[in-house]
Amino acid sequence: MIEEQFSTGQSFVHGLDPRFKIIVAILFSVVVAVSSNLLALLPALALSLFLMALTRLSPRKVFYRLLLVNGLILFLWLLLPFTYKGETLFTIGPLVGTKEGVLYASRITVKCNTILLAMIALLATTPIFTLGHAMSKLYIPDKIIHLFLFTYRYIHVIFQEYRRLTNAMRIRGFMPRTNIHTYRSYAYLVGMLLVRSYDRAERIHRAMLCRGFSGKYYTLSRFSINIGDILYLSLMLAAILGLVFLQWRAIA
Amino acid sequence: MHISEGVLSAPVLVTGVVLAAAGVSVGLRKMDYEKIPQVAVLSSAFFVASFIHVPIGPANAHLILNGISGILLGWLCFPSILVALALQAILFQFGGITVLGINTVNMALPGVTCYYLFSRLVKRERGLLSSAAAFTCGFLAVFLSGILVALCLLFTEESFMSVAKLILLAHLPVMIIEGIITLFCVAFLARVKPELLGGIYGKGS
Repeated sequence: MIEEQFSTGQSFVHGLDPRFKIIVAILFSVVVAVSSNLLALLPALALSLFLMALTRLSPRKVFYRLLLVNGLILFLWLLLPFTYKGETLFTIGPLVGTKEGVLYASRITVKCNTILLAMIALLATTPIFTLGHAMSKLYIPDKIIHLFLFTYRYIHVIFQEYRRLTNAMRIRGFMPRTNIHTYRSYAYLVGMLLVRSYDRAERIHRAMLCRGFSGKYYTLSRFSINIGDILYLSLMLAAILGLVFLQWRAIA
Repeated sequence: MHISEGVLSAPVLVTGVVLAAAGVSVGLRKMDYEKIPQVAVLSSAFFVASFIHVPIGPANAHLILNGISGILLGWLCFPSILVALALQAILFQFGGITVLGINTVNMALPGVTCYYLFSRLVKRERGLLSSAAAFTCGFLAVFLSGILVALCLLFTEESFMSVAKLILLAHLPVMIIEGIITLFCVAFLARVKPELLGGIYGKGS
């Protein structure tokens, strides 16, 4: 369930310097998030799709992932066309759909999926541990990085624990329904998960002290920049500047 | 309770980043290096617990648990929730980079509020008062998160009013369930491992 589906691969994007990927992902997301014009958003979407194509990930898997996270967007499509004031575009019974509403909903949809595609193409194609190390090179506070890496490490362990507990419940014939018994059982499941995690944390901490942990997390990974990275960074920066220009021209 | 990428306006996003940075830095200052493994293990426990889907009639909702996370972690729930949301964004693309700040605030601020309101009350001897406090803690945390999400939407665009109202309404059953779960969970912890309720920096840790 918790796996880095997209992080392994041999494509050009998988081999890029993770620091550059993070920088580009952040800049690109921010620019797209604050853009409001389809003239800037559609080229951005094209750029995302291009990056996605470069990763050579399975389009089916990516599409499925996008469907999963488009829940709120679907919800907005059900409401926005009818609540946004403007010119009438269509009517369904008593409901009046406006042109502005539909445009607004499409803008949000394009924005959201553009950023999501870029995130899959750039961040999900990097293993979490590499991302952590790259972030520490980008001057993100040490404590956050440690917390990030440790949390990721223990999610797997605790997920196993969670599976053990839910299996035990199932063996005893537990069927979730809408009643107090169900809620109490789930509450105890959460409680047990917390208790076991806490005990485990205690053991981990002692084991780490035994091995001389002094609060520093040393990394052996070194990043090297090659000509492909530089080319990629400059092209992407130029493209992002282009998007800023398109958006700015559309407003002005 | 995540807000997706691309929905909110720039001022709301910036406010989110600023508030989250403030909250996280308070949290980080209170967190010693040697407590990091403990905070991390609890963060991952909350991460995993959010996979639990609880049936409510024909539908189901996943647990949020920001109330109890506030009681156990206090201000540390800011960095803890930030990290969990970042992992969700990278692994599953729930949420994202630009909404990381605002989503962190929406979840962690109610957690910290509950910490100040209820952490002392739920530690009292088992009884009506501590049970009521535990229920209210779970209920209020989700309620406040819902209000914050609604406000974010409203500040972005006034025609989000109906969306915001619907989101709040849809979360009403979730609030009640979270209240019940928190009530039983706190009672369980009080019996099995009372020192956990004292928080990461409590006695016995």
